[in-house]
Amino acid sequence: MKSALAIATVVLGLIAVWYVAAALMNASLQRDQFANSGRADYSAHDLVGASLNMERPKLPAPHQVAAELYKLVLATPPTSKRSLVYHGVITLEETLIGFAIGSALGIGLAVLIVSMRWLDRSMMPWIVASQTVPIIALAPMIVVILNQFDITGVAPKAAIAAYLSFFPVTVGMVKGFRSPDPLQLDLMRTYSATNAQTFIKLRAPASAPFFFASMKVGAAAALVGAVVAEVTKSEDGGLGARLLAGSYYGQTVQIWAALFAAAALSAALVGAIGVAGRVAERRMAFTP
Amino acid sequence: MTLQRLRDLLPPLAFGLAVLAIWEAGVRLLHVPAIILPPPTAIAVRLATSVPTLAADFRQTIQGVLAGYALGSLAGFVVAILIDRSQFLQRGLMPIGNLVSALPIVGIAPIMVMWFGFDWQSKAAVVVVMTFFPMLVNTIAGLASAGAMERDLMKTYGADYWQTLLALRLPVAMPFIFNALKINTTLAMIGAIVAEFFGTPTVGMGFRISTEVGHLSIDMVWATIVVAAVTGSLFYALVAGVERRVTFWHASYRSKEA
Repeated sequence: MKSALAIATVVLGLIAVWYVAAALMNASLQRDQFANSGRADYSAHDLVGASLNMERPKLPAPHQVAAELYKLVLATPPTSKRSLVYHGVITLEETLIGFAIGSALGIGLAVLIVSMRWLDRSMMPWIVASQTVPIIALAPMIVVILNQFDITGVAPKAAIAAYLSFFPVTVGMVKGFRSPDPLQLDLMRTYSATNAQTFIKLRAPASAPFFFASMKVGAAAALVGAVVAEVTKSEDGGLGARLLAGSYYGQTVQIWAALFAAAALSAALVGAIGVAGRVAERRMAFTP
Repeated sequence: MTLQRLRDLLPPLAFGLAVLAIWEAGVRLLHVPAIILPPPTAIAVRLATSVPTLAADFRQTIQGVLAGYALGSLAGFVVAILIDRSQFLQRGLMPIGNLVSALPIVGIAPIMVMWFGFDWQSKAAVVVVMTFFPMLVNTIAGLASAGAMERDLMKTYGADYWQTLLALRLPVAMPFIFNALKINTTLAMIGAIVAEFFGTPTVGMGFRISTEVGHLSIDMVWATIVVAAVTGSLFYALVAGVERRVTFWHASYRSKEA
């Protein structure tokens, strides 16, 4: 409750800062517009009011973005190509498919790495190193290469989403499968448990907190991948395509609306995983 | 010690070479066209023959990376110190910072290009926003991580707020701060490269990738990716090396030395 108040205060503060910034950044542009239309008798009040309601502002005011979001999300039918719901669904589809594939592969590889020593020693350093490499740079190339094979539409973007979520999930799950302490592993050995049994009864449940943490990182990464992929191949729509279209035509309000839609999507995904994690935590009672 | 190191290095090296060999052999035997996947040797040749272009791209992109990285990390750190005394603000900012860290911030690239122009300044601006929140969140968490016992000890010494901060809480926060610095190296590279997809002067690694993909000269794309990968790894290694110097007392290093 207390932190809700604190969060609300900070959010209100940020919105206030945003309004001030919008007024300051748009004022000179608006002054030019007044000058062009031959108006010289405007007051400071007029200037501020007008610069917060420009059609193509440098920085749209919060209420303009909110109005645009309302218009494009609720007031436009979701089948229309202008609707953000339409584009959001495209992005969400790519993200979810890619995320499912990427995290399944990541978990699978983590299982292999933990159970096979030579894989761990030869491959793990590369996977860890991949975390330091801007792998997103590969995105445009993957789109084009898949295009050569006539793979278009959702698939190339889902592929990029998959491979962006793959590495963090692998690293996180290897850590998770290794998290049981040596005492517990020894106990399993005294029970003469097989490797598979140790895995199912000890390593897998112990990795649950790591699982949800890596799912969150992976989902966020998948969405970034999908959005960036849409920028490189924008004719099929999606929130990234809206960003690019907005930047081509100087439609700042549209860019911000698409940005907020993407942010909401990401927050919803991560939030859902967080809720699932808390439920699992309570069910499994693994909090110390 | 060095022998042990060599032994640790051998399997990944062998693995890497094996992947390259299979790639080379596979591409040549199956006659995969070079516009889909060029063999590693072709990429190496391209890399060697295009040094001036690649160097120019590197110079252009690294400016945005470094300026944004320094400014964003510094700003996150300073804000964390500024709100350190206000529990209220921290409680409000922590969840927001955590949330923002999960958002697709690279999306602000077109806006920054509009505000700051095509040159490296707009890329630095994207990087500033991307690196700010991880640093803020980690510094706040790090400053909170000093134990009650140690704080009590500082109190019995009669240390004031700043003395406690400098002598106890900041050193204890260092592993967290370096964690953010390491995360930020990757974010800075991603931010600068992706921002270049939205518009640059005709130079830069992101620009090179998106245009050469358009020309289907995939070997040049791979050469640029090699440069980006090596840059990213070196940047990370540099920060990790500094970390080792600064937080030599931390358990994760101590145990290895012993």
